Amino acid sequence: MADNSMRTFNINFGPQHPAAHGVLRMIVELDGEVVERVDPHIGLLHRGTEKLIEQKTYLQAVPYFDRLDYVAPMNQEHAYALAVENMLGIKVPMRGQLIRVLYSEIGRILSHMLNITTQALDVGALTPPVWGFEQREILMVFYERACGSRMHAAYIRPGGVHQDLPQELIDDIEAFCDPFLKVCDDIETLLTGNRIFKQRNVDIGTVSLEDAWKWGFSGVMVRGSGAKWDLRKSQPYECYERLDFDIPVGKNGDNYDRYLIRMEEMRQSTKIMRQCIDLLNSSEGKTAVSSSDGKIVPPKRDDMNSSMEALIHHFKLFSEGYKVPKGEIYTAIEAPKGEFGVYLISDGSNKPYRCKVKPPSYAHLSAMDFLSRGYMLADVAAILGSLDIVFGEIDR
Amino acid sequence: MDETLKELGEYIALKLVDEVKHFTLVRGELTLFANRDDIVKVMQFLHDDNQCQFISITDICGVDYLGREMRFEVVYHLLSPVRNLRIRVKVETDEESLVPSITDLFPGANWYEREAYDMFGILFSGHPDLRRLLTDYGFSGYPLRKDFPPSGYVELFYDEEQKRVVYKPVKLTQEFRSFDNLSPWQGTDYVLPGDEKAEGKT
Repeated sequence: MADNSMRTFNINFGPQHPAAHGVLRMIVELDGEVVERVDPHIGLLHRGTEKLIEQKTYLQAVPYFDRLDYVAPMNQEHAYALAVENMLGIKVPMRGQLIRVLYSEIGRILSHMLNITTQALDVGALTPPVWGFEQREILMVFYERACGSRMHAAYIRPGGVHQDLPQELIDDIEAFCDPFLKVCDDIETLLTGNRIFKQRNVDIGTVSLEDAWKWGFSGVMVRGSGAKWDLRKSQPYECYERLDFDIPVGKNGDNYDRYLIRMEEMRQSTKIMRQCIDLLNSSEGKTAVSSSDGKIVPPKRDDMNSSMEALIHHFKLFSEGYKVPKGEIYTAIEAPKGEFGVYLISDGSNKPYRCKVKPPSYAHLSAMDFLSRGYMLADVAAILGSLDIVFGEIDR
Repeated sequence: MDETLKELGEYIALKLVDEVKHFTLVRGELTLFANRDDIVKVMQFLHDDNQCQFISITDICGVDYLGREMRFEVVYHLLSPVRNLRIRVKVETDEESLVPSITDLFPGANWYEREAYDMFGILFSGHPDLRRLLTDYGFSGYPLRKDFPPSGYVELFYDEEQKRVVYKPVKLTQEFRSFDNLSPWQGTDYVLPGDEKAEGKT
């Protein structure tokens, strides 16, 4: 007789699975129903973004960043734009900064809303996605009204943002804020006290703070474990220093704490959005939206009709592009999923020599084996949902 | 900020005389140039030392400088949440030399090192599982090397006879166009296409 007690069972989770949040294939080794080992196979969405960016001018590289974390596209552009601006040493006017922050926070809500509701779906709740996606739809229309596209914006560009926002749009975003807080409360009534949701999430996927740092976690994943670490506060960029908001911090480092943090962060984002709108409507926020450096920022159509210089700049910027001084920089922003970094190396030409993208969920997914060991098979889906992964940025 | 980093750089250079070649401080970023074989020791020091406490690994990536004697650089980014500082450590390597893996110290380095191997062919010694990660099953070549063409070497087709997806060599209907947008009137350091005829060199 073979020794049956030693037999493990392998199952193939994905590449197409509703709980995989994209194209993830995982080889799960089970002992009964207990997970012994998880081997995620990624790269099914690999498009060679970094290689492509090396072939393009600095401006042409912007749209690739939308397609990384396609749930919150503008946050990625923001990191890239900051990196290029740091290299060039240019400053963005106040209004440009405010619009960037406003849309970064919209992106944060978009991402958290998707994550919370689909994670709830993974553990069996059907209503939250329906309620949450209604709000996402409204936010995506705000994206569309700013840049013409619901997702792939190419709106935040090195030097500022592409175009100014119309006043009606600013008013509509303001009108969105208060009702949205009500929706957050409604979604919380479905989940926070829900017995099934708690059973599936409390004390599942626990990670200590020490481990979280070692595994290179960032964002909600370290805040859930008790670190008061948010790049918007600890290494502020743009005008975050001036804005008033709180950082929710968890205690237990489990799925449930991470859910609570995301929920609270959406409320804080709304708070930031409202402050941005107030500043945009004040005299301080009535500046230009992008840097006035004609060698970096393309001229507007109107100027080109009357100014020869603008015409020349336009031609040169959209053919040759601009040259970035030799050197390297690592710039990170607090994306919804964690620290999104861009490591840019320039050789002094009009194309990046190397542009390494540091996606937050890459580190989180790499710890999947560590996080799920010893849990049940059903918990794998709950943990995966709680990591908040998007394959656009993991596979690049 | 710059002062703190400068002090830290000098402190590390003093403590790790043999391991760290030199350090630079550019644009408010501290970069250490370490010896390849001592990288684990350097990382251990940065992790443990009370003045450093770089306990989090942010990123590891390869960079290809084609034409250098040691063509690759492995760039490590570390974060110290306690001191709120970042540091960059660089080591040089080539196609054959082994870079000691830091997965024992930072388990999060595992996938970053796998990615560097996958994309550049940089070899890490002591890595528990150095498999390809992002490229397709059975892929050959290292796509982020500078001598790897952006179009790749193979493309996928569905073969009607074999009833499955097959690889075929890449065939471009139009040659890959690399536009020269640099400003020739500012003087080039190469001969413009066509100019050689004027000199009578055919």
